Amino acid sequence: MQSIVILGATSAIAEQTARIYATRGDALCLVARDDAKLEIIKSDLEIRGASKVTKLSYDLNHTHLHQALLDDVIKALARIDIVLVAYGTLGDQKKCEQDFDETLQELQTNCLGVISLLTLFSNYLEKQKAGCIAAISSPAGDRGRQSNYVYGSAKGALSIYLQGMRNRLYNSSVHVLTIKPGFVNTPMTKDFKKGLLWVEPDVIARGIVKAIDRRKDIVYLPFFWRYIMLVIKLIPESIFKRLSL
Amino acid sequence: MNIHQSWGNVPQVEQTCLEQLWRSQTLPAAATLLPFGQGRSYGDVCLNDKGYSLATGRLNRFIHFDREQGILSAEAGVTLAEILELILPAGWFLPVSPGTKFVSLGGALANDVHGKNHHKAGSFGRHVRAFELLRSNGQKLICTQEENSDWFSATVGGLGLTGLVTQAELQLKKIDSPAIVQKTRRFENLAEFLRLSEETEADWEYTVAWVDCMAKGKQLGRGIFSMGNHATAATPGIKPEVLQPKFSMPFNAPSWLLNQYSVKLFNQLYYHLPRKHDSQVHYEPFFYPLDKIANWNRLYGKRGFYQFQCVVPLDKAEAAISEMLQHISKSGQGSFLSVLKRLGNIASPGMLSFPRDGITLALDFANRGESTRHLLADLNEITDRHGGAIYPAKDATMTTALFVNAYPGWQKFSEYMDPHFSSSFWRRVTGE
Ligand SMILES: Cc1cc2nc3c(=O)[nH]c(=O)nc-3n(C[C@H](O)[C@H](O)[C@H](O)COP(=O)(O)OP(=O)(O)OC[C@H]3O[C@@H](n4cnc5c(N)ncnc54)[C@H](O)[C@@H]3O)c2cc1C
Ligand SMILES: NC(=O)c1ccc[n+]([C@@H]2O[C@H](COP(=O)([O-])OP(=O)(O)OC[C@H]3O[C@@H](n4cnc5c(N)ncnc54)[C@H](OP(=O)(O)O)[C@@H]3O)[C@@H](O)[C@H]2O)c1
Repeated sequence: MQSIVILGATSAIAEQTARIYATRGDALCLVARDDAKLEIIKSDLEIRGASKVTKLSYDLNHTHLHQALLDDVIKALARIDIVLVAYGTLGDQKKCEQDFDETLQELQTNCLGVISLLTLFSNYLEKQKAGCIAAISSPAGDRGRQSNYVYGSAKGALSIYLQGMRNRLYNSSVHVLTIKPGFVNTPMTKDFKKGLLWVEPDVIARGIVKAIDRRKDIVYLPFFWRYIMLVIKLIPESIFKRLSL
Repeated sequence: MNIHQSWGNVPQVEQTCLEQLWRSQTLPAAATLLPFGQGRSYGDVCLNDKGYSLATGRLNRFIHFDREQGILSAEAGVTLAEILELILPAGWFLPVSPGTKFVSLGGALANDVHGKNHHKAGSFGRHVRAFELLRSNGQKLICTQEENSDWFSATVGGLGLTGLVTQAELQLKKIDSPAIVQKTRRFENLAEFLRLSEETEADWEYTVAWVDCMAKGKQLGRGIFSMGNHATAATPGIKPEVLQPKFSMPFNAPSWLLNQYSVKLFNQLYYHLPRKHDSQVHYEPFFYPLDKIANWNRLYGKRGFYQFQCVVPLDKAEAAISEMLQHISKSGQGSFLSVLKRLGNIASPGMLSFPRDGITLALDFANRGESTRHLLADLNEITDRHGGAIYPAKDATMTTALFVNAYPGWQKFSEYMDPHFSSSFWRRVTGE
């Protein structure tokens, strides 16, 4: 049995991931800002087989509460095997271009707040000399594009932060996983026109669990995004800047 | 954008797709709305041309499971497949199940579906202990047979028109084994089918028959009768697991694939196929033979197909169904999936429920345009003339007159409709 804390447990991807752990009989600590949604997910996971489910209501942007949050998690779980960071917002790129406060808000949610949490949790796992930190970043962080470079730079910074932390925690046997999902049909992307490359969140969830089990470093989900991003990264900047991406 | 289609792919409609994400939320302020489950209805009952289609797929959480009493409460978007995965290992089974497990709880309730055990258990709605109905004015009604009982009977079989069912509580059925003890018997004509139905109905929980719809003359109405009971002890090698599809139709088949020769050949072979008369099988191939192939509806090509399902009163069944089979075999249309079944006399709870005492016939027709619609009009007319009814879940062609005759409760029902809800089916059959 493993103990898993999910930060942003009401995300569609997180919910599907939690179901997989629940059917394995694991203990889950769910953190999100909406208590009513948490309650709905909690009873579902208990029925699916989770050995214990605790819910904690926190707005994760409130970094001054992160220490209290960690304390609550430890109280709930006794030991932490997996920390999954799943919250995020896609933001409004156009608005961000006009308004720095908006940009700051996006960076706060998708990067700075996450870094605050990771600071606390990584130290805890480092002392434990075991465990896994898995965070959902995005291929959008692999290269800046006009359509979403604020979100992209937040995720890009997060990816590099995770990379460094992986390097640091290697000797403490703490596994750090960077997750880069492609197009996923979730509430975050409800206004997008869906095509062939889109997948449902349960597909991503299976990929996440597998990557955690196999102690992977960086995963693109589904796998083909790795090749798509390879091609995108290979395009020379002199050409890339002219594309409307 | 429209990503919601019905199983038969006809009619094609334009609608805007929305999603209900949480049972705690109110309905989107859009009109007209229609809940969409898994789109396993064939015709237009799950479609809302020029309106909004509200997907329930994300409402798929379990709420409570009493493993002692076999009472399960779940959100309405949970599929029967997901329910089976949870309840089978605990020794429970669905009280009533349609021929596919890929339908939602809400869809099964809204069409008040029936299964092979109709003669014993009645329709699905009889096993629904309670549900919550969310109306467009934000009102939430808890409905049971006693509380808000009028809303209960309007919504069970209510074709999604009374509001959104957000969650429902189901009484499950205890089983000792996931295996089915199965027997099959060939029959040469409808009279023999009727006799077999009568003989088996007391001792067999599940009965259904395949009928060769291409057979003519003396062979008219021949088929294979199958019956099953839950095994009473564990059977080695048969596990309480839900099987995933083995194959998937990746794209639409060319439309010539299913023609009268290939179907006739299949039916000939199928009828004469040597088979074990008594066997123990996993419940999956017994209940859900078609679930083995994901997207099998694509076999019919991109023009899609119609399904016809009627029920006719027992005393008129032989006459009505032989007339139908004659029409079908003469037309050369029709498929290998033709089913006959005795529906019992247990009353269905819904004002618009389809299941009623009599014999039901169900079969597919590839969409060949005008000639297929002609044939369907003939079959509808025969149904009407014999005092029968057409099943809305399978229908795309029933006329207003036929609907009104077969569903006399429709006017009372319309008083319970949500003013912001509508469907292509409803507008078609009421001529609105
Ligand atoms: C292979 C196959 C075999 C079948 N065998 C049988 C059978 O043996 N017996 C039988 O009775 N039927 C059978 N059916 C038909 C099927 O069981 C019904 O059409 C069922 O209602 C489909 O459920 P769904 O979730 O796909 O709903 P949909 O087809 O998406 O919707 C059906 C209706 O339910 C309404 N609805 C859906 N969810 C809700 C909700 N949450 N609240 C309110 N209304 C809602 C919709 O508005 C619509 O009117 C079969 C279908 C297939 C494809
Ligand atoms: N969908 C995709 O295509 C895609 C692709 C690549 C990466 N991702 C990433 O995947 C992760 C999960 O997203 P998703 O697709 O599953 O979308 P989602 O269902 O919309 O989930 C986003 C979640 O973040 C939560 N959240 C936002 N701000 C928060 C805050 N301040 N405090 C606490 N929770 C907060 C939201 O909570 P509320 O429910 O309370 O609003 C919501 O549950 C995100 O990091 C996203 O960037 C998604």
